[in-house]
Amino acid sequence: MKILVCISSVPDTTSKISFIDGDTKLNKAGVTYIIGPYDDYALARAVELKEQSGATITVLNVGGADAEPQIRKALAIGADDAIRVDVEPTDSFFVAEQIAAVAKEGNYDLILMGRETSDYNSGVVHGIVGEMLGIPSFSPVMQLDVNGNEASMTREIEGGKEKLTASLPLVLGCQEPIAEWKIPNMRGIMTARTKPLKVIPAAGSALTTTEKYSLPAPKGACKMIPVEEAEKLIELLKTEAKVL
Amino acid sequence: MILIFTEIADGAIKKSSLEAIYYGSKVAEMMGTTATALAIGSADAAELAKAGNFGATKVLHANDAKLANPNSMAYASVLAETVKSTGAKVVVAAKSSFADAVTARAAGALKAAVVGNVTELPNLSNGFQVKVSIFTGKAFADVNVNGDVKILAIKKNVVAPVENGNSAAVETISPALADSLFAAKVTETIKATGMISLPEADLVVSGGRGMKGPDSWQPLLDLADALGAATACSKPVSDLDWRPHHEHVGQTGVKVSPNLYIACGISGAIQHLAGVNSSKVLVVINKDPEAPFFKAADYGIVGDVFEVLPKLTKAVLAGK
Ligand SMILES: Cc1cc2nc3c(=O)[nH]c(=O)nc-3n(C[C@@H](O)[C@H](O)[C@H](O)COP(=O)(O)OP(=O)(O)OC[C@H]3O[C@@H](n4cnc5c(N)ncnc54)[C@H](O)[C@@H]3O)c2cc1C
Ligand SMILES: Cc1cc2nc3c(=O)[nH]c(=O)nc-3n(C[C@H](O)[C@H](O)[C@H](O)COP(=O)(O)OP(=O)(O)OC[C@H]3O[C@@H](n4cnc5c(N)ncnc54)[C@H](O)[C@@H]3O)c2cc1C
Repeated sequence: MKILVCISSVPDTTSKISFIDGDTKLNKAGVTYIIGPYDDYALARAVELKEQSGATITVLNVGGADAEPQIRKALAIGADDAIRVDVEPTDSFFVAEQIAAVAKEGNYDLILMGRETSDYNSGVVHGIVGEMLGIPSFSPVMQLDVNGNEASMTREIEGGKEKLTASLPLVLGCQEPIAEWKIPNMRGIMTARTKPLKVIPAAGSALTTTEKYSLPAPKGACKMIPVEEAEKLIELLKTEAKVL
Repeated sequence: MILIFTEIADGAIKKSSLEAIYYGSKVAEMMGTTATALAIGSADAAELAKAGNFGATKVLHANDAKLANPNSMAYASVLAETVKSTGAKVVVAAKSSFADAVTARAAGALKAAVVGNVTELPNLSNGFQVKVSIFTGKAFADVNVNGDVKILAIKKNVVAPVENGNSAAVETISPALADSLFAAKVTETIKATGMISLPEADLVVSGGRGMKGPDSWQPLLDLADALGAATACSKPVSDLDWRPHHEHVGQTGVKVSPNLYIACGISGAIQHLAGVNSSKVLVVINKDPEAPFFKAADYGIVGDVFEVLPKLTKAVLAGK
């Protein structure tokens, strides 16, 4: 089985976000980049499938050279080789187009992604890729097993979940508890250095561009209500906050 | 023309979709055109005509029996075909994981620009620009949307619909449906019944590890019941199976933007805030005055949840 795992490189959730150049660029100073948390689940499940029944895992990132530490980490966790499409990923459709082009070349049985990134988190790249390849896509998938050519999955739906089966090839957007996040071990880190990482150029152009960034207005102070008068909260929510 | 992808649940238009219809009608007004709702699945005409009350002039209804159950691939095919047949240039949907799956595939078919998490009406003074929420609610981006067809997924609560008393004409459509759209087999659906849907809810009461265990949830459920609120929880709570996974909010869970979010015994880790920081009003109840959640809150009570929750429930019931 050939698995393609698509990883985004995103600021760690705990990073402080600020902008430079007249609010037109993210201030990368002090921002730690990580593999998208959902993409990490996709990768972990791919590695488990490989351990269970054998598979080759290619990890794919659409991004600049500054994403390479995240790609190397994915190789250390258990991917066999990597591809980086060398372009700033600035638009969901554009990113999907790059992924679809790589996928067409490689004839993968499974294309695993995260449910969404944690930067623009539109949750659409898997669906666009599935449509471009003419194969089914499902998201968010919280359980996945593969038996021969058949995948059985559990997908989260509003207020519950649904079990389904479909034939490979498939594109899936993954979320917990599909697998446990994996931490690279020393041997993985050593071998990752020599695993192949191919850098290829992008094709096409973005359909959207970001003109300017802004930060939310700072929150006012929290109004504290003494515990002895807790019931007053309900009155305040009615008359002051007007949400009840 | 503006086309609104309208979700139906249990025979009724979802509340978030009514917001999307209103949003779409406002965009139509700005662009000097009209808004049409596309509804897929079973619903009666009287219900669908309500789209008019929120600004749609017309409803296109695809109600082939094959479409009775939500199927993102089949729905996307209907959406893409309808965009082509109507010549719609802008598609609006209320963000949900199902709508995302549908609009994504439609975007793939139409080569459309797609933007998620839109938080305001577009700015048309120079092209087509929307504000979107990014970095899990920590910032906004003004995005220029180019593409011939533009697909916008709007967040909950970005418009406050004003009902106009109109009703929309409902027209049934029968788009072609390829067999390949039904290749996946759903073998089981497990769905909580009679619960208020969390992503749709205006009011949410949420619990964390401070709720102690799976058997001590009743005071929280009582308050939610009294308020008519949906219930939610932190990640450890669903990891420990105290509450079902679909109630888990945060960076790795559902993202909600209700009018009111009441956090009970939740510390307020940044990953939790990522799912709730666009709520209008945040209330925090925690016995630790140093809990980080208070910094993000509008109202706070330092105290034991098991003491505070019954008092709140009593006050809500007394006011009814
Ligand atoms: C410098 C910089 C500038 C940016 N500016 C913009 C901008 O102007 N507009 C904008 O929309 N976005 C911008 N982004 C964010 C961009 O990387 C988005 O994440 C990308 O457009 C994917 O769209 P999405 O967030 O909707 O993905 P989703 O649909 O939420 O992602 C679903 C899944 O697709 C896969 N995936 C997503 N992105 C990639 C990737 N790059 N490589 C491999 N797999 C991937 C992952 O598995 C992910 O879980 C910028 C990022 C950087 C680093
Ligand atoms: C990559 C990543 C992603 C994550 N994603 C998410 C996510 O999506 N959602 C999420 O929630 N978390 C997420 N987490 C976990 C997050 O970091 C926190 O660990 C988690 O939110 C803590 O849950 P909690 O507040 O319920 O528990 P705790 O941090 O243990 O807090 C319990 C709180 O209850 C209070 N308390 C205890 N007893 C009482 C009482 N009787 N009355 C009143 N207060 C009481 C305590 O003072 C404390 O503040 C993620 C973590 C990582 C690393």
